[in-house]
Amino acid sequence: MQTGPVDTEIISRVLKGDQAIYAELVKRYQNFVFTIALRYTPNREDAEEIAQDVFVKAYRSLADFRGDSKFSTWLYTIVTTTCITFLRKKRIPVHSLDNERVFEVADNQNSAFRANQVEQKSKAQAIQEAMRLLSVDDARIITLFYQAEQSLEEIGRILGIDPNTAKVKLHRARQRLKEKMVKHYAEIVNELTH
Amino acid sequence: MNKHQNMEERLWNYIDGAGSADDRLFIEQLIATNQGWKTKYQELLQLQDLLSNHLELDEPSMRFTQNIMESISKYHIAPAAKSYINKRIIWGIAGFFICSILALLIAGIGQMNWSAAGPTESASPINLGKLNHLDPGQFINSTYTTIFMMINVVLALVLLDRYLNYRKTKTESKSS
Repeated sequence: MQTGPVDTEIISRVLKGDQAIYAELVKRYQNFVFTIALRYTPNREDAEEIAQDVFVKAYRSLADFRGDSKFSTWLYTIVTTTCITFLRKKRIPVHSLDNERVFEVADNQNSAFRANQVEQKSKAQAIQEAMRLLSVDDARIITLFYQAEQSLEEIGRILGIDPNTAKVKLHRARQRLKEKMVKHYAEIVNELTH
Repeated sequence: MNKHQNMEERLWNYIDGAGSADDRLFIEQLIATNQGWKTKYQELLQLQDLLSNHLELDEPSMRFTQNIMESISKYHIAPAAKSYINKRIIWGIAGFFICSILALLIAGIGQMNWSAAGPTESASPINLGKLNHLDPGQFINSTYTTIFMMINVVLALVLLDRYLNYRKTKTESKSS
């Protein structure tokens, strides 16, 4: 639960010149921003660089935040554009939502290892690993909906798509996640089912 | 979309709290009476629980906030875009283009020979043969061109007036 001043109060204080209080906003959203960045790149250093860049960009253009959406929605829009720019600069391909075959190879390579380990895994670890097996698009939309607590309308705004399209994409992402869970973490899925 | 996918999608809508009250009531009844729907609902509910309660956020390094605060100390907040984008200039440019398009349309329609269309003549009301020996002078001297030029002159004067007014106000506020 959020404690302390609300985002808009902090923003107005920052705009009045209180730079130090911006740290409060950073602390509040750093894990969300970092997690979304990690969905784009598996490299923690890269994700941290992206996340830092996001907060610096957000600070510099804070006067442009009109308050007609949540600060988090505005911030995640910057995350999305920054991640895409970063990946383009580094020439790392962003895989399409429907390009399932791209992940199939990695999937098969790791499945035997995972099957042996599954008993020792907690639910949290299992779901975290299953998320890593998803495409960038799938993992991002699940992260925005469940972890960043954005509504379908807000996700639509962040990704520049219609809320209905966001709903369909979320539905497909959950479906694919379920498939990964059944394939690699059957024990945990069964444990939950029974 | 097959029946199975449709079932999942409707159940997800129900779990997310989307859809109308009637839809929700209908799904509730299906879950209560149909074993297939009940099993699928429980399966999806477990995934929902995993996603809502067991998906953890990753944390950046300990120095993350400090690094950002050090970085932003070198920067100033940029002024809001709306403060330096003058809407009047944008409207002025839009007005210019609209006038240009209208003038071209009027000039084009003025060149049409509406009675020329017939079985023996070309189907187009525009005399394409004329285009081969086109005299630009006839457009420049036409009434439409004069009107078009007048509108642009008026627009330019309005913009100049606004600009001079803006500069005057700015100089006055600086000196006071």
